Amino acid sequence: MIVREIVQALGLQVVAGNAALNRQITGGYSADLLSCVMARAKTGNVWVTLQAHPNVVAIAALLEVAAVIITEGVPVPEEVIAKANAEKVPLLSTPHTTFWVVGQLTHLGLSAQE
Amino acid sequence: MIPPLIVERALQAGLDLIAIADHNASANAAAVMDAARGTGLRVLPGMELLTREEVHLVCLFDTLEQSAAWQFEVDRALPNLRNRAEALGEQFVVDAAGDFVRRDERMRSIAANIALERAVARVDALGGLAIPAHIDRPAYGLIPTLGFFPPGLNVVAAELSRRISAAEARRRFRLPENIALIRASDAHWLDAIGSAVTEFELETRSVESLRRALKGKRFVIRDA
Repeated sequence: MIVREIVQALGLQVVAGNAALNRQITGGYSADLLSCVMARAKTGNVWVTLQAHPNVVAIAALLEVAAVIITEGVPVPEEVIAKANAEKVPLLSTPHTTFWVVGQLTHLGLSAQE
Repeated sequence: MIPPLIVERALQAGLDLIAIADHNASANAAAVMDAARGTGLRVLPGMELLTREEVHLVCLFDTLEQSAAWQFEVDRALPNLRNRAEALGEQFVVDAAGDFVRRDERMRSIAANIALERAVARVDALGGLAIPAHIDRPAYGLIPTLGFFPPGLNVVAAELSRRISAAEARRRFRLPENIALIRASDAHWLDAIGSAVTEFELETRSVESLRRALKGKRFVIRDA
């Protein structure tokens, strides 16, 4: 499954990283404590979070996650968008909750890689 | 913790400068400042802000006008929910003698919708001093919450819990060299006042002097 497919299936808004929507997704991860994300998210995962701090992009780029889904319509600051575009990190926004998003992703066949 | 007892305990602990930094609240600072009048203890009005990212940021000011201006901004960014005292605890506002003035009905235990960087910039603009609190602590500490010290975060200091030494924090969290590391008691009850102290060389007991001492590394952590 590629990032573009989940954008379409979940009706996500592409906030940044348009250039990287063909990336393959290996599985999913969700947490808002960024230290946990650094320790446990894996390359190619789609990361579902409520955080929209600049550190999110740095961590996503470092771990080479496939995409970040920012839930509950949390506004993404301009500098975060610019950084994500520069790092080619897809930032996808949705008004839905993290629980809803993870449920949909599971339904599409994505799973955790524990 | 009523104001006269806070002042008495601070003086007993040998302190001459404390700050009142309640969670997203500043309504009790005036009473402690009043209670300290004539005792030699200087009390700064402050706040422990819970930012949008769920990072605790201590905000220190010199005057009640400044802390009131900051409170106004925080209140606009705080979800308008009623406190549930039975689950979250009472939020009393008291006078200098510790007598009941009113009950703060607004829920103050939740995050304000202000980004960390924005909060630091606003506190600076008001003439205050913003210091991320207990940055190593799993609950609301900057490092666990944001993963690493955000590059370019415009603070002069960060505060550590008692679980970690300054040298270890600097190494483990790869903190910028120019960030001063201090420790405070974060006292939630009387006996904790003075349990962790940072001693500063200050021209005056003011926010500006604190900022200069932090930048000039003219301070030392003294653990009890």
